[in-house]
Amino acid sequence: MKGIELVKLIDTSLCTACRGCQVACKQWNEVPAFRTKNNGSYQNPPDLQWNTWTLIRFQEYEDAGGKFTWLFRKDGCMHCTDAACVRVCPSGALYHTPFGTVGLRKEKCIGCKECVSACPFNIPRYDKATDKIYKCDLCQGRLQDNLSPACVKSCPTGALTIGAREAMIKKAHARAKALGGDANVYGDKFVDGTHVIYVLKEKPEVYDALPVNPHVPLSVMAWKDLLKPLSLVAAGGVLAASFLHYIIHGPKTPDDADNQTKEGGA
Amino acid sequence: MTNHYIDLKNSDCILIMGSNAAEHHPIAFKWILRAKERGAKIIHVDPRYTRTSARCDYHVPLRSGTDIAFLGGMIHYILTENKFFKEYVVNYTNASFIVDSGFHFKDGLFSGYDAKKRKYNKETWVFEKEGSGIPKRDMTLSHPRTVFQLMKRHYSRYTPDKVSGITGVSKENLLKVYAEYGATGAPDKAGTECYALGWTHHTTGSQIIRTMSMIQLLLGNMGIAGGGVNALRGEPNVQGSTDHCILYGNLPGYLKMPTASLDTLEKYLHKCTPETKDPQSANYYQHYPKFFVSLLKSFWGEKATPENGFGYHWLPKMDDGVAYSLMHLFDKMYEGKIKGLFAVGTDPAVSAPNTAKVRKALEKLDWLVGENIFDNETHSFWKGPGVDTKSVKTEVFLLPASASMEKEGSQSNSGRWVQWKYKAAEADGDAIPVGEITIRIMAEIQKLYAKEGGPNAEAIVNLKWDYTDRQGRYDALKVAKQINGYFLKDTVIEDKGTKTEFKKGQLVPTFGMLHADGATSSGNWIMSGSFGANGENKMAKRGKEDPTGLGLYPNWSFCWPVNRRIIYNRASCDMNGKPYNPKRKLLEWTGDKWVGDVPDGPWPPQADKAKGKYPFIMKADGLGALFGPGMAEGPFPEHYEPLEGPLAKNPLSGQLINPAIELFKSDLDKVANADARFPYVCTTYSCTEHWCSGALTRWQLWLLEMQPELYVEIGEKLAKEKGIQNGERIKVSSIRGEVPCVAMVTKRFQPFTIEGKTVHQVGLPFNYGWLFPKDGGDSTNFLTPTVGDANTFCPEYKAFMVNVTKL
Repeated sequence: MKGIELVKLIDTSLCTACRGCQVACKQWNEVPAFRTKNNGSYQNPPDLQWNTWTLIRFQEYEDAGGKFTWLFRKDGCMHCTDAACVRVCPSGALYHTPFGTVGLRKEKCIGCKECVSACPFNIPRYDKATDKIYKCDLCQGRLQDNLSPACVKSCPTGALTIGAREAMIKKAHARAKALGGDANVYGDKFVDGTHVIYVLKEKPEVYDALPVNPHVPLSVMAWKDLLKPLSLVAAGGVLAASFLHYIIHGPKTPDDADNQTKEGGA
Repeated sequence: MTNHYIDLKNSDCILIMGSNAAEHHPIAFKWILRAKERGAKIIHVDPRYTRTSARCDYHVPLRSGTDIAFLGGMIHYILTENKFFKEYVVNYTNASFIVDSGFHFKDGLFSGYDAKKRKYNKETWVFEKEGSGIPKRDMTLSHPRTVFQLMKRHYSRYTPDKVSGITGVSKENLLKVYAEYGATGAPDKAGTECYALGWTHHTTGSQIIRTMSMIQLLLGNMGIAGGGVNALRGEPNVQGSTDHCILYGNLPGYLKMPTASLDTLEKYLHKCTPETKDPQSANYYQHYPKFFVSLLKSFWGEKATPENGFGYHWLPKMDDGVAYSLMHLFDKMYEGKIKGLFAVGTDPAVSAPNTAKVRKALEKLDWLVGENIFDNETHSFWKGPGVDTKSVKTEVFLLPASASMEKEGSQSNSGRWVQWKYKAAEADGDAIPVGEITIRIMAEIQKLYAKEGGPNAEAIVNLKWDYTDRQGRYDALKVAKQINGYFLKDTVIEDKGTKTEFKKGQLVPTFGMLHADGATSSGNWIMSGSFGANGENKMAKRGKEDPTGLGLYPNWSFCWPVNRRIIYNRASCDMNGKPYNPKRKLLEWTGDKWVGDVPDGPWPPQADKAKGKYPFIMKADGLGALFGPGMAEGPFPEHYEPLEGPLAKNPLSGQLINPAIELFKSDLDKVANADARFPYVCTTYSCTEHWCSGALTRWQLWLLEMQPELYVEIGEKLAKEKGIQNGERIKVSSIRGEVPCVAMVTKRFQPFTIEGKTVHQVGLPFNYGWLFPKDGGDSTNFLTPTVGDANTFCPEYKAFMVNVTKL
């Protein structure tokens, strides 16, 4: 896999929601578990968190004709080509890797949360204790060693596969065509293409927490193209980022993730 | 499994019923998806829409405990719509046999029922025989007492209307499944069935599986690639443990545990060795004495001699007519008749039915020894909720055991593949393998018996347990070799004119070479051949060749018996040995030999009247048994209601529950059938994230994060009726106990219409216990009854009655 642009394909028609990927991600990346409650759903933790970089979303869905299906969608970083998070990141913590994925240098993160606001997929999560953001880096260390990401490695059914970008996009379209009906490919057409793409069994608007038309926010474009170059010259990234955050989003508020009780570790 | 996991990909139609394969066999499920990719239809019949249903072509909900009605309706459909594979049925099954004139079936009962004993006298469940002793047959299948006609009459009562009223499955859905699955009766089509605990956990469990076996025989799906009846077993090594006699009535390799009345070896062997007068029946179990005597030789070595019946009288005997299952064990313990218990890798205080009774029973023990990786609710019962610790006199020992990855040994998968594995890591602290614990304890016991004597002391003192290495530690390879078996003297084996000489001390390369005269030993005859005579460990083989292209992988591990990957495989060919399905050629007779999988015996196909044999070689008659007199409750499976159900009357007969099940009578064995206080059908199950009682997985915080506590899945309509909100804490109760849990309100449970009335079903996982996590809920088995299958005593965890109430 070295030196080539990669795409991870999530084929929802093969996913059994076993959540091997969810655990493998935590195990490989050595992130702890939270003590959760059952909220009346298999989906747990209820959302992505600083310590949950990938999550299977469970959704009971009845179509207009009354046909019931249980939808499973593995959520996590889409690794955009035109990545809003990279555009806004003032410290260089978020960056494009040679694989086309979006890497994260944690030591450079200054906790400004610009990426949290900018991400069209609502992926990065902020941890107050370490004052840093966290997200999937597609197991960059593994990619560098020519290994598949932990989630792909753990997937028993072949719902997760990774390979050269063009081949994977081709494979995804062939699969969607074979499935027929509303099956479609999600991810190859916006933000200059993502490096995680889906074959969705249903139309994108059916799925919880999945934007139908994701795009880099206008404010981010303005920031990147106008303010960021100036600010770097003028006042240093940190200050400018904070200022911009204040202008756009108002004062910093406690993050939702901190409402969870933290117990033990893994 | 008659087949194996990879073979699922070869199927044209997979019926998943009695299993939640995607959740509990997530790795194996990929082969089901491979079949689907090829265009196979995948059908899930289950009370609840699960993660399996989500990946199937369609899900058909049915009320828990009504599988025989559903499948009986399929037999009715196959016979009336002429979907059966006639050539196969006539030649390879006992459909043409003529049943004794005294045999009958009336109002839910077969001939010979003794209501007082709740047992059958089976003397009329036999075939009429010719003067030669061979069963009489009518190859036209028209004689009114042929198995075929009796079967047809029996299942004529299972009309779509009747079945729909019992199961709650709409007629449309019934006919859809019947038509889809019935289509696999074509010679070039394969249908398979995957089941698991969803079938075994019923008072009619064995008969559900038998009904499916009958369907597979009718459709010609037995013995073929992509066919068979496939029990999905998993990480608990259920396949390996049953092969090695975890069930009380078995000895290793499914040999029978003797009863007291069989007081000599001769009587025992006579009882257990089947006979046939039909020269075309291989009747492979005629070799039973060779397997059994070799087993005794493995126990007692040179101390087992022809003069002392090879030590037969040392072997413990069961009382006649008495069962010794897990439920009997706790019943006797509760009566105060059992003093000590070894709980090895098990947590019955969570996993056994009727938890209140089980936990009370544990209090009556003098001592309890646990061998486990973690503490669990069983070892710590004396400090559990509601227990007056000071009044408990039981002394408890917990011996730390190493985990499966911390030891070398074999593991068997459902496809009968016995795979050797090596130690991946050292165990923590003082933990050692349970094999080592057993050896050390037994060495001390042997010393005590040698010194002090005691009942049946010779059986213990004479045991040949040379299973330790030079450092005196347990040696898994030595055990495996004893299981395989040795030549105990120089032996010459003659086969088709060639003579091969084996030296004393060489390993026996196949069970066909075992002897009944004490010349060989074998701790488990079906495993004989897991080593080569030269010492090669075939379980460790890792060849990836696939000569048939069907995924048999004959050079990967050892598969019992004799590396045969699909059993009864001669039935995949016609009478002349030509494959019925040339596209999936499993086996073919080339005129002088079989080519493909390892055949069920070397004999020519059955058209050769002189040398040919029938395909079902383990049956005395050599043919697939549509009429099965071996079962406790009748030769044809019949629908009976679960011990606890919503109906006061069985819609099919006057016999409400299985007439052959044993009813437990203690004060804690309460039953509430068709009782307004407990109006909802309940079932229990596991989830992907936890394993069995959860005693291993609840300590794993990543898993616990995903499934943190006990929940009950409850349909939206019932929740609305009861004013229950999603995520709310509620209480589920049966007449035996109650469990608080979180309500998971879902569209995945829909109410059934049973005999015209609405019946709701709910379900809970059985993965939680009070010990850890403290706020995760306790055992679901507070709800379940002490009752089990009439043949196996597998408990009825899957169908009973409850109420759900707001806290």
